[in-house]
Amino acid sequence: MYKILLSDKLSENIYRMVVEAPWVAKHCEPGQFIIVKLDEEGERIPLTICDYDREAGTVTIVFQPVGQSTQAMTSLKAGDAFEDFVGPLGRPSDLIDEPIEELKKKNIVFIAGGVGTAPVYPQVKWLHEHGIEADVIIGAKTKDLVILEEEFSKVCNLYITTDDGSYQRKGMVTVCLKDLVEKEGKKYDHCVAIGPMIMMKFVCLLTKELNIPTIVSMNPIMVDGTGMCGACRLQVGDEIKFACVDGPEFDGWLVDFDQAMQRSRMYKTEEGREILKKIEGDTHHGGCGHCGGDK
Amino acid sequence: MAVDVLKKIPVREQDPHVRATNFEEVCYGYNQEEAVNEASRCLHCKNAKCVQGCPVSINIPDFVGHVKEGDFAAAFAVIGESSALPAVCGRVCPQESQCEGKCIRGIKGEAVSIGKLERFVADWARENGIKPAKAEKLNGHKVAVIGAGPAGLTCAGDLAKKGYDVTIFEALHKAGGVLSYGIPEFRLPKSAVVDKEIENVKSLGVKIETNVVIGKSVTIDELLEEEGYEAVFIGSGAGLPMFMNIPGESALGVFSANEYLTRNNLMKAYREDYYTPIHRGKKVAVVGGGNVAMDAARTALRLGAEVHIIYRRSEAELPARAEEVHHAKEEGVIFDTLCNPVEILVDEETGWAKGIKCIRMELGEPDASGRRRPVPIEGSEFDIEVDTVIMSLGTSPNPLISSTTVGLDINKRKCIIADEENGQTSKEAVFAGGDAVTGAATVILAMGAGKAAAKGIDKFMKDKYGIEE
Repeated sequence: MYKILLSDKLSENIYRMVVEAPWVAKHCEPGQFIIVKLDEEGERIPLTICDYDREAGTVTIVFQPVGQSTQAMTSLKAGDAFEDFVGPLGRPSDLIDEPIEELKKKNIVFIAGGVGTAPVYPQVKWLHEHGIEADVIIGAKTKDLVILEEEFSKVCNLYITTDDGSYQRKGMVTVCLKDLVEKEGKKYDHCVAIGPMIMMKFVCLLTKELNIPTIVSMNPIMVDGTGMCGACRLQVGDEIKFACVDGPEFDGWLVDFDQAMQRSRMYKTEEGREILKKIEGDTHHGGCGHCGGDK
Repeated sequence: MAVDVLKKIPVREQDPHVRATNFEEVCYGYNQEEAVNEASRCLHCKNAKCVQGCPVSINIPDFVGHVKEGDFAAAFAVIGESSALPAVCGRVCPQESQCEGKCIRGIKGEAVSIGKLERFVADWARENGIKPAKAEKLNGHKVAVIGAGPAGLTCAGDLAKKGYDVTIFEALHKAGGVLSYGIPEFRLPKSAVVDKEIENVKSLGVKIETNVVIGKSVTIDELLEEEGYEAVFIGSGAGLPMFMNIPGESALGVFSANEYLTRNNLMKAYREDYYTPIHRGKKVAVVGGGNVAMDAARTALRLGAEVHIIYRRSEAELPARAEEVHHAKEEGVIFDTLCNPVEILVDEETGWAKGIKCIRMELGEPDASGRRRPVPIEGSEFDIEVDTVIMSLGTSPNPLISSTTVGLDINKRKCIIADEENGQTSKEAVFAGGDAVTGAATVILAMGAGKAAAKGIDKFMKDKYGIEE
């Protein structure tokens, strides 16, 4: 069992947990992810790593409930435990393999959207610890959904933009990036965008225009996370890649986002039906498409 | 009951029409009387060919002799000397090409049902609470085993019996490897059989640590240098599923057999009380002709679909066990042989697969595998309407371990290079066996390799540390 040491909410619908996982904490690097499973009947859920403490043997995860397993996770408190917690999975970010002197010459911008803000943090923190201050744009729908502002402000130059203008800048992250480059004289040689696929898609369309090479972090449907199932396959340029072993980071200009978005909806209906069946309980009489009660 | 020595005692099975709609085990196995009668057909050959046909060299005439006398405990002890997973092997080994294929009784009549007898003995021992014998004393030397599948469990069990302190590291949340994620419940019950056999291995003193991905959570070099292990066995299994690289393969509704089976078997999607989603197609095409393809097809059938196996050679070349093909047919799986997919047809609006375009094949000259090579017949393309496609084309090795272990050589197929006799790899103290070495093969071959490596590790440790028996 993997004990939860701290559990809190970063916003209305985004949750943070610090989990005891010594193997993962000892070896994880920025860019990697873990898979968590609540209990025997739960799904294996891939989640990016938000922070880690090697000495304490802990890993911080941040998630937003989307399916029934993540929904069930929201009720966990400090002192509860996950049955399974495995990782680190995937390849570390390429940034950490580059010589520091080369990195220092670069102007790097991170673009973080929604719950994707969490996995940006360890990368930015790592750069900060190596004497590099990156620019970070955090985008959220509205003020209440901006997360980790305090943590970020200590380790980077932070820009925040909200769709409704309720906090700091107004507009999508793409508007903010465009303004920074075209109106505020910023020059960037490297961009890392992590957030909803639709955001990453539009960031990549813009960075192609602005000629800023862009890395994205993909979070497709996965089962085992070690290369065995192939559920996470993505079209990247001419090749099929497995996000779990080849990624999760890829050259954003090469990723087929439309296909990835379509594939991520694969189980939406199946899952919706499952939820329906569970909620309806004894009154359930078909409609799920599974039990045959409606035939 | 009079026994016809030329014929096998028939084994009772679930009715095909009934079992096609449930996940209960297909075969009921022998009862005591049937087992004793079947055992009486054995000729007890002095130079027993069946033993040579067994990858783990079970003393078959000896255990069958005990069954004939009704001494099932003694029979279990004989099997236990050679096999850690008899209830599994009795169910999933390709006996027709191994022990039973060499059976002298089989020359004139039908071979003795060695597999069914093995299963009977293992089931009887389990039902009567008999456990395999533990080592008398521990020698204090630590060995790490990577992967809790057939190769790893066998290697770990054998080493524990010799007194080693063995820990298995398993990447998934559950031990068993392909026995848990791959082979379906109706062929190999999980909690009733697999979990119990794993408990038996644990009762020998083997520790199993799940959720540890070697190469990620910890490397082999760290196990040897920092964690105090003196030897490592790699039994990490087959790896990444292959696809055909044909148009439409990324459509919704196209799965690898690994994904489909893992969702259903390991994650128990077929059960109402589990959260795992699975796509229950109405009409499913399974591409491939091996055991995994049969398992995927028969699973899809039980989830309510009409199922087609699409295989590019003819029925005679199907690599699956004869019994699986026979069962699949009985249950209503449709075999479209001598045809090969060229494209998956996709509904442009929804992104879901809506059909599979195939081309008819004919058999040409034998290829390197000795089987006649399938050749496409030009202009013979045709479409099959399906909403789900399951690709069961085999696997390619997972680079996780080879790419993170200094000095571990791989061959051009990216399999780990290991000596067949003792499992020794290019790296000192590191041994390997099973699918990670051979590419996708069978449970029993992996067990054979695990067994050979256990001997290799024992010798290596004795030579290096002067361990006394």
